Amino acid sequence: MGKFSPNLSTLYQMSEEHVIIIGNGISGITLARHVRKLSSKRITVVSNESNHFFSRTALMYIYMGHMKFEHTKPYEDWFWDKNKIELVNGKVIAVNTNHKCVILENSDELKYDKLVIATGSKPNKFGWPGENLKGVQGLYHLQDLESLEKTAQNNEVCKRAVIIGGGLIGIELAEMLTSRNIPVTFLVRETSFWNHVLPLQESEMLNNHIANNNIDLRLGANLKEIKGGENGSVKSIVIKETDEEIPCNLVGLTAGVSPNVAFIESTDIETNKGVLVSRFLETNIPDVFAIGDCAELRNSKEGRSNIEAMWHTGRIMGETLAQTICGQKVEYEPGHWFNSAKFLKIEYQTYGWVSAVPIGTHQHFQWKNPNEDKCITLEYNKDTLEFIGINTFGIRMRHDIFDTWLTEKRDVNYVIHNLPKANFDPEFYQRYENDILAKYNKQLSTLNT
Amino acid sequence: MKDSTEISLSLARPDGTLSSKLKVALTLGCVGLLLLVLALFNIGLSSQGGLLIVAISLISIGVFLYANGLYINKQDGIKNNGVWFKSISSRGTIGWVTGVVLTTFYVVLYFYPKLLGLGIDGQPNSGLVALFDPLSSLLNGNDASQWFVYGTLYTLAILLFGYKFILKYRGNRYQQFRTFSVMLFQLGFAFLIPEFMARLNSNSFTIPSYDLKNMWPLSYDYFDQYSVDEFIQAGNIGLALLIFGVLSIFVISPILTYKYGKRWYCSWVCGCGGLAETAGDSFRQLSSKKLSSWKVERWLVHIVLVFSILMTTAVVGTYLGDDATAYWLTRKVFLIFVAAVLTLVFTLTMVFKRQELGKDARYGAIGFFVVILSLFALYTFGGSSDLLFISSGTLRSAYGFYIGSIFSGVIGTGFYPILGNRVWCRYGCPMAAVLGFQQRLFSKFRITTNGGQCISCGNCSTYCEMGIDVRAYAQKGENIVRSSCVGCGVCAAVCPRGVLKLENGSLEGRINSRDILLGNNMDVTKFAENKSE
Repeated sequence: MGKFSPNLSTLYQMSEEHVIIIGNGISGITLARHVRKLSSKRITVVSNESNHFFSRTALMYIYMGHMKFEHTKPYEDWFWDKNKIELVNGKVIAVNTNHKCVILENSDELKYDKLVIATGSKPNKFGWPGENLKGVQGLYHLQDLESLEKTAQNNEVCKRAVIIGGGLIGIELAEMLTSRNIPVTFLVRETSFWNHVLPLQESEMLNNHIANNNIDLRLGANLKEIKGGENGSVKSIVIKETDEEIPCNLVGLTAGVSPNVAFIESTDIETNKGVLVSRFLETNIPDVFAIGDCAELRNSKEGRSNIEAMWHTGRIMGETLAQTICGQKVEYEPGHWFNSAKFLKIEYQTYGWVSAVPIGTHQHFQWKNPNEDKCITLEYNKDTLEFIGINTFGIRMRHDIFDTWLTEKRDVNYVIHNLPKANFDPEFYQRYENDILAKYNKQLSTLNT
Repeated sequence: MKDSTEISLSLARPDGTLSSKLKVALTLGCVGLLLLVLALFNIGLSSQGGLLIVAISLISIGVFLYANGLYINKQDGIKNNGVWFKSISSRGTIGWVTGVVLTTFYVVLYFYPKLLGLGIDGQPNSGLVALFDPLSSLLNGNDASQWFVYGTLYTLAILLFGYKFILKYRGNRYQQFRTFSVMLFQLGFAFLIPEFMARLNSNSFTIPSYDLKNMWPLSYDYFDQYSVDEFIQAGNIGLALLIFGVLSIFVISPILTYKYGKRWYCSWVCGCGGLAETAGDSFRQLSSKKLSSWKVERWLVHIVLVFSILMTTAVVGTYLGDDATAYWLTRKVFLIFVAAVLTLVFTLTMVFKRQELGKDARYGAIGFFVVILSLFALYTFGGSSDLLFISSGTLRSAYGFYIGSIFSGVIGTGFYPILGNRVWCRYGCPMAAVLGFQQRLFSKFRITTNGGQCISCGNCSTYCEMGIDVRAYAQKGENIVRSSCVGCGVCAAVCPRGVLKLENGSLEGRINSRDILLGNNMDVTKFAENKSE
């Protein structure tokens, strides 16, 4: 038996479909794992970023010295072999959908039965003068971390860094650079940090928190140009509003990301910003799918964006498409919205929808601790009292409880009174539910009188 | 002008980013340590009491200032910046040197105490041990032994680094409370109370001086003849203490472990855990998270447990008589009793927890039959002192040498900077194996994961001192129910997304394995679950 088994298994594999996944990020790898759970199909994952899957969100911790690169790999290196997931380190330069094959940079051709595009994002550039100078970079790929390690190894090499764009990656890059005592100037287009997403109470709390961490936060500031010095390296940037010139050695472009699909554009796979897909994650070409950051839904679920570049949406797409590829056609349907982030020291979680400014019949109930960076915002419908969503800063809350409450369409009264059930802070932490309830009752009584 | 993107050798920074404040603190601490080393070579012994006070003060002030310099002006939050850049905490040169120095110290302490200055055969102490004579006679009325020196330094380490840990985790009350707890248990139960107990002894009153929180099988000599004799000679108080010791492991500990998990002992009370959590905190990230390490761990820790049960049974067998008319508890009655208790535990586990054990049931069964066969051999062939051809005395001294000294001391602590701070607790401690067995199968404790929030970053796994791959569970939305978890809570602290929480909850749904995480729609979940059934 043993002697023949390699041949037998090759035969067996040849009779199976070949699924090629371009991209070894969370969506591609989740797909590969679930296809393996459900079938014995041949699976090949192609990437030129890293040999093995790592957690992109953890890149910041490598730079900060909390972890080494190997710690960011969720599976040990033997995992892939053991589960018969073939890994190819290579760059896909073309896809031939007629012959059902992909062509790699080294001119290897791989034939597929099912092709999945999971190539993620790339940092946005908006045509700023000097945006391609040495020392100008985003923070998305492993290679970005490698170049950051050169440009901003320490505060002697990098006297000052300027970050353009006040989103989640921007604040992470600011935290990273601060950990090495590199002075940071943070240009944020909005008048208050992330205020197109967060209510003012929270956005202002973050403004203060950022400033308290010795980050030079410039609100309402846009980039005019990036100036180069010798060797084509960045020398300074100029702010549009004030014409102020700030000398720096690093410019971090963190004004969002967009789908990484340039190599698809020459094919007959339809793209807009990303690869256009149906609710079943199918492209316009049979047997070609797209998932994760690079996928753009033709018509997304009500209230959701067509492109959602997030860890858990990528994961959910992978979980879903695995069912479809293995014969159980399932629509991509993420459940209630949720997300989390960490702004320097402040943890943030959100469940359901909380808008920056409530519109129509929606209203906010807000609570903030006067002494600490802890606050919550509940959004609800003031007519029906239906609970719409919650933002929580500095207090951890349970995903499953809020998911249930949202499904059951609980009212805001119920949520406020049952908040202790949702608490997820470590044991012995101070609790704020009574304080929150007191404020809620006080507000209610003023409304009634 | 230099090309800013090239890393230049001129940028070498020999001591990293140590501020001058930290350098002063480090110097003070090192001078204190140097005084101890000088004492070792009998230099500067003119005023022992004074020198000891100066040395301990310098060390204390050094650590105190160092901790303050590191943390006092920082905000609450995680302070792991640069952990993998520092030589001491990333197996760099300083880490290795520290490991070698510590290991050497333990070898000398256990096997060559004379080198520390212990007076042999009635000779007065000299060197380092003599330095501690004044403190020893102040506390217990006698001259110091090498164990008194070690106990004092051990307690000092837990107190000082405990202070550092509490500062580091300012803002996390769970961390602060449990650190305060281990500091208190070490100072009171492990250090001061036994010394005072020793002091109470007089011609008319005897009391064994020991650490009340110590339990068999961690204290493997608890049921040794000399130890039991001491209890019995101390009359009613001694008997009460002996009964308390037996109740501790067979009644009190199972109840507490059922309610809170093994953390009530391992990271709140235990002295070994106390040192690991405080002085060893800087090394927690060095524990191996490989699956292969987990396999080694499970074999090793359970072999030690089996060894310790057999050894203790054989040792107790040696001092129990064979004559049932003299005393009802004979050697044979005792052996039957041990076999009966083990069979009861084994049967109950197999009846109620067969499903949860899975493949491990086979190993459990093998272990059980090895023990029962050995007991049978002891019963049938054993003279008053033999386990087959090995005398129980040999067994006892082998255990003391290989497990008690080499494993728990030399490797367990000496290798902190190389293998992480819980080497002993993870691979060797028989107490951890017993409590872990209860925690895995009969406990309300678990680490809950928070739906679909995990981003697989790996902080939890990296900072798990027991080498548990926490992320492997968190990214599946599965609760962590592992026998080795000591409940230190650091995984929950370092998680940037609020995914982990240590909890005592109902046994129902404690292990919640699922294929699809919360956040995906019901249909997919349904298909995935049907498939896996």
